[in-house]
Amino acid sequence: MADRRFEPTRIPGFATVAVLAFVALYLPIFTLVAYAFNGGTSIAVWEGVSLHWFSKAWENEAVKSATLRSLTIASLAAIIATGCATLAALGTTRRRAFKGQTFIYVMINQPLMVPEIVTAVALLILFGMVKQWTGYQGLGYLVLAHSAFCIPFAYLPIRARLEGMDLSLETAAADLYANPWQTFRHVTLPLLAPGILAGAMLAFVISLDDVVITEFVKSGGQDTLPTYMLGQMRRAITPEVNAISTGLLGLTVILLTAFFLLTRKKA
Amino acid sequence: MTATENAIEARNTVKAFGQGTAAVRALDDVSVTIRKGEFFTLLGPSGCGKTTLLRLIAGFETPTSGQIWLDGQDITHLPPNKRPVNTVFQSYALFPHLTVAQNVGFALQMQGKPKAEVAQTAREMLALVKLEHLADRKITQMSGGQQQRVALARALAARPKVLLLDEPLSALDLKLRKEMQVELKRLQLETGITFVFVTHDQEEALTMSDRIGVMSNGKLQQIGSPRDIYTRPVNRFVASFIGETNFLPATLQGAAARLGSGDLVEVAGGEGRAGAVTVTVRPEQVRLVPPGEAGAMAATIRDWVYFGTDTHVHLTLADGAEVVARLQSNPTGEAGLSRGAPAGLRFAPGAAQVLGD
Amino acid sequence: MSISEDAAAARSVRNAWALSAPALILLTLAAAGPLLIVLVYSFLSPGKYGNVEWVFSLDGWRSVLYTKDIFDDSLQLADAHLTIFWRSVKLSLLTTGITFLVGFPTAWFIATRPPRARALWLFLITIPFWTNLLIRTFAINEVIRNEGLFNTVMIKLGLFSEPLRIINTDAAVLMGMTYVYLPLMVLPLFAAIDRFDMRLLEAGYDLYASRWQVLRRIILPIVKPGIIAGSILVFVPSLGAYVTPRVLGGGKQMMIGNFIELQFGQGRNWPLGAALSMSLLIVVMVALLVYVRAAGKEGHGHG
Repeated sequence: MADRRFEPTRIPGFATVAVLAFVALYLPIFTLVAYAFNGGTSIAVWEGVSLHWFSKAWENEAVKSATLRSLTIASLAAIIATGCATLAALGTTRRRAFKGQTFIYVMINQPLMVPEIVTAVALLILFGMVKQWTGYQGLGYLVLAHSAFCIPFAYLPIRARLEGMDLSLETAAADLYANPWQTFRHVTLPLLAPGILAGAMLAFVISLDDVVITEFVKSGGQDTLPTYMLGQMRRAITPEVNAISTGLLGLTVILLTAFFLLTRKKA
Repeated sequence: MTATENAIEARNTVKAFGQGTAAVRALDDVSVTIRKGEFFTLLGPSGCGKTTLLRLIAGFETPTSGQIWLDGQDITHLPPNKRPVNTVFQSYALFPHLTVAQNVGFALQMQGKPKAEVAQTAREMLALVKLEHLADRKITQMSGGQQQRVALARALAARPKVLLLDEPLSALDLKLRKEMQVELKRLQLETGITFVFVTHDQEEALTMSDRIGVMSNGKLQQIGSPRDIYTRPVNRFVASFIGETNFLPATLQGAAARLGSGDLVEVAGGEGRAGAVTVTVRPEQVRLVPPGEAGAMAATIRDWVYFGTDTHVHLTLADGAEVVARLQSNPTGEAGLSRGAPAGLRFAPGAAQVLGD
Repeated sequence: MSISEDAAAARSVRNAWALSAPALILLTLAAAGPLLIVLVYSFLSPGKYGNVEWVFSLDGWRSVLYTKDIFDDSLQLADAHLTIFWRSVKLSLLTTGITFLVGFPTAWFIATRPPRARALWLFLITIPFWTNLLIRTFAINEVIRNEGLFNTVMIKLGLFSEPLRIINTDAAVLMGMTYVYLPLMVLPLFAAIDRFDMRLLEAGYDLYASRWQVLRRIILPIVKPGIIAGSILVFVPSLGAYVTPRVLGGGKQMMIGNFIELQFGQGRNWPLGAALSMSLLIVVMVALLVYVRAAGKEGHGHG
């Protein structure tokens, strides 16, 4: 065929597999969302479109308090983790190699390497002891745990942003009479801001999604949205879980879209 | 010499990178004095140390040993933000998150000047580089030439005692570069600020500078006016780096030198020396005359290359030494030339120069 | 080097530590440090109602592989435990293999789209990546459970007379893990393919290579670091998976993660749980070391 060009990047069958993979990725998610709008009482039988389960979830006190708790923990963890990660990124990038640098990298990325269940067990034991000694049962443990495992997620985009930053800009600021603090305040920080925001958003999403560590660390009555859902799945599942999932999914998609727009604009 | 006549003085500056035996001396005992109001150019190939010297003056690096003086004061250990010296960076280093006017006003803002003054100066500076209509643009919306002007305005805004320019024109295309050369010279005359200009482009150096410092291997080879440097190069490096030239081995005989071909030529720069030397003569100072003319050297035409405005004729002397003569091209063709034909050669009076070692 | 330069270098290092300190302290308190306590606990005796007695014992580690016969105290390989380990390793390897077979064409497909379309496809793979793992597990459950989409459609089409039981089997766990970890394979593969110089393909075809030869001899060797990275990213969390086997395996098709949890719950054998956690950690660290080695070698090989 004369009009069929030889396309070196085309490998037969790859496009088909890829499209099927995308269908396989999204079909379950769409199914889950669709059942959330099911009018019936079971998740098995379709009984027409309705927002019944959304309002049911909305009126459920347990869901409400779990949502509030999830958002509280995620916000605090995102702020703490991003603060620590920003400082650490400033400390570890754009310097000559020094002794202990690898140690810092390994420590910061440690939550990405250790299986979550192991960290969960470790925190269960440690915080169990602390709970017994101090009698404190509050949300502090969850905030602390979430802050720690969110650090690498906040660190990565901030570090990437810093490394991509033109060093001569700070040199130029110093040349133009800015002292080190002014240089940071007027040049480094504004240029770093998109990275910090991106890091904070990733940390927020990661905290919001966590199941395993939360499940092990939480005290009684401290369900977050994911652990509440995990608990529900053990019982007879109603489309209420679908409705909650859909809500959480929506929030994730919104945050991710914002993240993409943020990082793409000035890449 | 009183300190107040000198803008910049580098005294025996050494800058070594790396440690121990792996250390590389980017600057090897360099001393130079740059006068107030001067357009001084540091010229040399990449890696010769010219940018390092500039960074020492700006304060981005501290010398391993030696001192930098500014206006009669030792500033060797003063941080860059406390030196009344500004830089136009090779990459411009314009702040992408600020507008054109904010970039230009940055230095004054950092110095804590009142807002009105910052804005006023920024406007003046933009007017100086003819960009006042683009004050509120984002840097990313500017062309390369415009960014160059913003970088200039920004560096001039705080009225530095010395303006450092690190190959600022290298990113521009030829036409823009020529325009900016004129523009830079105009700005320097208008502001009266001392310019220290770094480049590897000999033509740029010759056309713009009051004085040129030629550098190579971390050392200053020669300092002088463009004419000095071009007509009286002190060594082989300077002679060959700036313009094209002929090198001829010779033996000194009083004020004259006997070339390998046996011809005796009048030379400059041979005072107080004797024995074997190298004589250099620029191709445009070589004259072609009819063979056998009295006092002319006997030569043979080997080949010629047409360059448009002029034609380079390659000749050999009696001993086979090669000499290039640059002649103005003839619009109807080089009628008198033919390969292998004999020719006479003369050097223009005072053009032949004895080189140092 | 001059004194001021040495001083500046020392100041730079001090700053690096000072700036990293908050993160390091937080991570020591709530991530790395507690691992030491797990190590200690693995050498203690179980308490009657959970927790531990502070008496040294190797029983925790011994019971990872062996059970004590209740009658004659002889040690026997613990079949139940071995079954769980084998299932974990088998399912993790299978998950890694399947995600590669599906993920490589997918990553290739994304990387060879025109720039604008590519950003969109990449975004589409990233959404599941960042979506709650529990939700995704629940989503695949929606499809494969007895009254789920798959069985409903099959029965409607008359292909099945009764629902195919997938849920609560190894297959369900495998499908779930493949589903949830696929983006983890695709993203590093995409990054590697994205860096791949497509002109090499033209060179390959120019030198008479067939499509298969180009894939085998040019593409795969060059994107190998991406393949290794993707495999590690899938294998490590698969081995420690907890949520997916719990939701899709129905508590019967346990993996190491669930087995560990059991020791801290109904099993009430904290030292065994701690020893199991440490074992899992060791296996994961070895896998990571192999990866670092392999990645390091690749880096040197290409200059």
